[in-house]
Amino acid sequence: MSSFFSRLKNGLSRSRDALAQMVPGGSVDALSEEEWIDIEDGLIMADCGAELSGALVHKARKRRGGSIAALKESMISMLPEVAPVNEPAGGPFVLLVVGVNGTGKTTTIGKIATMFRQQGKSVLVGAADTFRAAAVEQLAVWVERAGADMVRQHEGADPAAVAFDTIKRGVARNYDVVIVDTAGRVQTDRGLMDELAKVRRVITKAYPEAPHEVWQVVDGGTGQNAVMQVEKFREVAGTSGLIVTKLDGSGKGGIVLQLSHKFGLPVRYVGVGETLEDLMEFNAEEFISSLLPDQSAD
Amino acid sequence: MFNRLSEKLGDIAHKLRGAARVSEADLDATLREMRMALLEADVALPVTRHLMNEVRERALGAEVAKSLQPGQVIIKILNDALADLLGGQRRDLDLSKIPSVILLCGLQGAGKTTTAGKLARLLVSQGKKVALTSVDATRPAAREQLQVLAGQVDVPYIAGEGGSAAAMARSAVKQAGRDGHHVLILDTAGRQVVDDELMNEIRDVATAVGATERLLVLDAMTGQTALQIAEQFHSAVNMSGCILTKTDADVRGGAALSVAHSTGVPIRYVGTGEKVDAFELFDPQRMAGRILGQGDVVGLVEKI
Ligand SMILES: Nc1nc2c(ncn2[C@@H]2O[C@H](COP(=O)(O)OP(=O)(O)OP(=O)(O)O)[C@@H](O)[C@H]2O)c(=O)[nH]1
Ligand SMILES: Nc1nc2c(ncn2[C@@H]2O[C@H](COP(=O)(O)OP(=O)(O)OP(=O)(O)O)[C@@H](O)[C@H]2O)c(=O)[nH]1
Ligand SMILES: [Mg+2]
Ligand SMILES: [Mg+2]
Repeated sequence: MSSFFSRLKNGLSRSRDALAQMVPGGSVDALSEEEWIDIEDGLIMADCGAELSGALVHKARKRRGGSIAALKESMISMLPEVAPVNEPAGGPFVLLVVGVNGTGKTTTIGKIATMFRQQGKSVLVGAADTFRAAAVEQLAVWVERAGADMVRQHEGADPAAVAFDTIKRGVARNYDVVIVDTAGRVQTDRGLMDELAKVRRVITKAYPEAPHEVWQVVDGGTGQNAVMQVEKFREVAGTSGLIVTKLDGSGKGGIVLQLSHKFGLPVRYVGVGETLEDLMEFNAEEFISSLLPDQSAD
Repeated sequence: MFNRLSEKLGDIAHKLRGAARVSEADLDATLREMRMALLEADVALPVTRHLMNEVRERALGAEVAKSLQPGQVIIKILNDALADLLGGQRRDLDLSKIPSVILLCGLQGAGKTTTAGKLARLLVSQGKKVALTSVDATRPAAREQLQVLAGQVDVPYIAGEGGSAAAMARSAVKQAGRDGHHVLILDTAGRQVVDDELMNEIRDVATAVGATERLLVLDAMTGQTALQIAEQFHSAVNMSGCILTKTDADVRGGAALSVAHSTGVPIRYVGTGEKVDAFELFDPQRMAGRILGQGDVVGLVEKI
């Protein structure tokens, strides 16, 4: 826990500082009008969305005479209870990873595969991004680092065929975990979204309970477009959880609040860097705290 | 959601229709709506503030008061303010030096490598002799990716040598000179602006090769942080321009305004897809229309 908190705190230190500056001195309760405006501005600049930021501040000011604690509470209450990951009774756990271009899908799969390997599980990864230049080579490096196995076909192969092969092999050889990497695609591309729907269908055809989870990777620097992204991917691929990456950067990931709330989706992990260890389990309380000034963090 | 702003603007225009003059209160209410709408389009808060001041000043001028359709005039003022901001300082890439080095920099996953391929293809079509090189030693298979793209657009890939990114870049530039290339496009590793070490590295690379063009490659879906990203890259490499990628994602594109406002550098091209030919010249008017939620603001105004 401490490692999640310190890593994330590190990654988000800039937003912490920004908010901390907005609330000078020790007292965080009974803020002045200007201080509340500054907090609202801070939330907007963290990509929480203008409407939501306004509503959150409004609500917090009405409760308990207006305190940061109240604000924090209402932010946390927006995040759904995180149910345990849908694990199968027997046979492999099948995970499909989706998202728009360049969000960090392949890298995150490397990190997740490593995590499962460290738990002593066998992991098979399918390279269903057969389109992007050197996508398979990139995944192969991560799979090797993780000590996992991989199913690949030639460039330009049918992604659904790769997914099908991967699941079949995963079941036949009794892997604990099977992960399918997919090509990035923008949610507006009807053809590519249909292709993704087919990948999902074929996975179910190869193994009726699969996929057990569909995790959508969202870049923590993304603005309001992320709402449309999740809306579409959920419709087409059945997104069941989110992963938010690049929280080690200047992006503050405030969009997470809207995504989790609107779609009732849990955030499973956050990415905080480019190495195998830079994956943290998401913790709502700590995430919100890391966005708020120190005084109210505890 | 995409049309929220145009709807809102339509409402505003309607409300103000036929008003003899726009009162201060009317204007305030209008500006509040506009502010919300711009923020929803991911226009950074400080830029939004700047624009609202601009619109207020221009709107308080006599034009609006006398207009029969003050709502339309205010919308037009906003549209013009956006286009002005986006369209400042237009010029072609400076490729006079031989070889000219075009440095591409930006965050992880922004689209630099893909854009390198697209830009090479474009310059070849303009009769330039172009080569590609990558100094990305971080991302797995980054250089293979650029090699594949080089093959797709039929230009040579030059492998630089050396222990640091700056050394690799220098050696690739030398090679490009020996091979008689006009332009060398230099792809770099992605980096976050809060990573001082990597920001220093990109500064070193830019200086080492005297890059004539230093272009920020920015994901058009970026939110409020686009402002900080543009500022930081500008201070590291003195950006000469920006390329906005993934505009095919139905983006509203507020990030474009952040770049223009904070650096004043021109946005030159937009990426409109994954393939190497999905690349267009940046059009300030069109982008202004996009941010406003529809392509043709004048058309909207005429409908009212
Ligand atoms: N700083 C940082 N970089 C990350 C993180 N996760 C991924 N990246 C980087 O983001 C870039 C894109 O990552 P990929 O894993 O290739 O993304 P992808 O979603 O598979 O991309 P496509 O398959 O092209 O759609 C790479 O440079 C990664 O190293 C993170 O948490 N922090
Ligand atoms: N839809 C769409 N995808 C794009 C566009 N430009 C790039 N991409 C995709 O975005 C993803 C990331 O592109 P890259 O070129 O690998 O990005 P990069 O900035 O080089 O990434 P790093 O080197 O890891 O920092 C890939 O899936 C590209 O195909 C665009 O204009 N539209
Ligand atoms: Mg990938
Ligand atoms: Mg790259």
